[in-house]
Amino acid sequence: MTSTKAPSGEVVLEAVGLTKHFPVRRRLRQIFRKEHEAVHAVDDVNLTLRRGQVVALVGESGSGKSTVARLLAQLYPRTDGDIRLHGVSTRVKGGRPFREYAARVQMIFQDPFASLNPVHTIRYHLTRALKIHGNAENLDAALHDLLTRVSLTPPERYLDKFPHELSGGQRQRVAIARALGARPEALLADEPVSMLDVSIRLGVLNLLRDLKERLNLAILYITHDIASARYFADQTLVMYAGRMVEGGDSETVTQTPAHPYTKLLIDSAPDPDRLIADIDPLEEDRGNGEPPSLIRPPSGCRFHPRCPSAMPRCSTDLPVPLQIGDTPGHWAACWLYDSPEVAS
Amino acid sequence: MSQPVLEIRNLNVDYGLGDKAVHAVRDVSLTLHRGEVLGLAGESGSGKSTLAYGLTRLLPPPGVITGGQVIYHPEGGQPYDVLALTDRKLRQFRWAETAIVFQGAMNSLNPVHKISTQLTDVLRAHEPKMSEHTRGARAREMLKLVGISPDRMDAYPHQLSGGMRQRVMIGMALILQPQVVIMDEPTTALDVVMQRQILGQLIELRERLGFSVIFITHDLSLLVEFSNRIAIMYGGRIVEEAPAATIYRDALHPYSAGLLASFPALRGPKRELAGIPGSPPDLAGMPSGCSFHPRCPKAFDPCPTTIPVLGPPADLNSAGRSVACWLHPALEIS
Repeated sequence: MTSTKAPSGEVVLEAVGLTKHFPVRRRLRQIFRKEHEAVHAVDDVNLTLRRGQVVALVGESGSGKSTVARLLAQLYPRTDGDIRLHGVSTRVKGGRPFREYAARVQMIFQDPFASLNPVHTIRYHLTRALKIHGNAENLDAALHDLLTRVSLTPPERYLDKFPHELSGGQRQRVAIARALGARPEALLADEPVSMLDVSIRLGVLNLLRDLKERLNLAILYITHDIASARYFADQTLVMYAGRMVEGGDSETVTQTPAHPYTKLLIDSAPDPDRLIADIDPLEEDRGNGEPPSLIRPPSGCRFHPRCPSAMPRCSTDLPVPLQIGDTPGHWAACWLYDSPEVAS
Repeated sequence: MSQPVLEIRNLNVDYGLGDKAVHAVRDVSLTLHRGEVLGLAGESGSGKSTLAYGLTRLLPPPGVITGGQVIYHPEGGQPYDVLALTDRKLRQFRWAETAIVFQGAMNSLNPVHKISTQLTDVLRAHEPKMSEHTRGARAREMLKLVGISPDRMDAYPHQLSGGMRQRVMIGMALILQPQVVIMDEPTTALDVVMQRQILGQLIELRERLGFSVIFITHDLSLLVEFSNRIAIMYGGRIVEEAPAATIYRDALHPYSAGLLASFPALRGPKRELAGIPGSPPDLAGMPSGCSFHPRCPKAFDPCPTTIPVLGPPADLNSAGRSVACWLHPALEIS
């Protein structure tokens, strides 16, 4: 594997202004209308995956975080924006180019019960990944190597098992081994632990971190659990209703959140230190309500209808990413942080 | 704590019959006191949902209750065993005394009926003498109580968001003013923001209406925050039971400690976490002795052979807690 020798921190995959709109089927009475309705699933998303780093993408369900992963894996064509692999703009649609792309960028799905074929053995799944990506010379050694990497040892015990004979955590490890079979540079992990039992989640996360260090991988970790993002990721990006609202170093984002939505998310996360006596049922001013419809997203900042500190400007002007404090790389798309001189 | 409202004594639940039966709940004894929130935590397959369905006799076949008692103490009445009720009595008992909010409650509403119909259905079955008008008024009152404006009475479930549907389900459970509400993973399908709103509201309602809650979830960090007492299940047995704060500060059973260490903290110092090695046991091939011993970092001689008894630990002077672990053997109770 020559690729692992690449310097850490090298940019592998970049999304620039990535946008995805899903068209909504028109009803009969709308058939002559000019405008086409669409679900604005992802709007203007920028992110950079570097070797040896984990970037977490945090958001509620429906915020567009999985769509970002699928766009980056080129499973959906994008509406606008650009995906750059090592600085080269790529748009692939099936066939050989897609395979070449997939050899470098692999995806791990949420549900290991659905992502492995129940009628095939583990050996079949891994062999296929190795053969398709042309890494199958010396097959047996390669299979052993893959299973050892994901700590399924001894490999002989697992090779001829069927998925139903394995537990959820073991299945997810097989899915990770399959992704590694392509010898990728970037892994896109879409909620890789949310379907697993609580006691084995950390095992899988620690495995991913270990792989990142040993194979110098770039990992995109998609999650709704902001505490696990703090634990696992170097950088954290927060998405709301299809847009990025805040980003920066994981520790900074979770300890000193800037955007009102991130604050709401962190306040809502279960916190054992806050005991039952301290719950104040009357605290209603923190942005209750629900995420907006993405067919007609709110104008301006998409969080403004729920935001406790919304200003008149928020409903009209789309906030731009603004630097927060003096921490380099910490930004939030919120007008609260707009300094007067920039505004003028 | 005040007097008990529901006592589970040595409940055993199997799936299947004879030799092939899988023991999903074994010898569980648990007491729910009036007005408290009892958290029941465990991983999938630990038997926590089976326990909830067992004690209300809602288990679908092949689930069989093979032993034990569930004693219900009605307010100002004689206690009786739920498992011995006749079908007719059971029908009256369910919902009026004990209501359940099911897992994936968002999908438990009938999509082709308005929520008003579904709310009043319960009243029609349990209080047939009530007039149409009173039923409607009661349903509206219930919606208001759970924070939905009563003009949504005529909405169909698909017109409501997930969080609102969940609120409707909670409202439905409370409409007959039961003494006990069992919530089986009520907020797992919801986002954290919505989860906190709904749980906050539930706690407030509990203070107002005075019911008791059995709260089942796999998210222990949520339980520590929202419940008074926590019971932790593993492999069909309760391995530890204690007040929430006590479990959080000082868990005695290695499994409880491991479970607590499986949640990365959002605040405080960042530390390396390990989770628990291995995977949860298969109920069909349960390890001998303590079922946690193959994964336990502290296992020693008696663990693989003898099953530890749940009881107050003899080596510690702490009231109100019990643990089933050989590290802290139970007091001999005469």
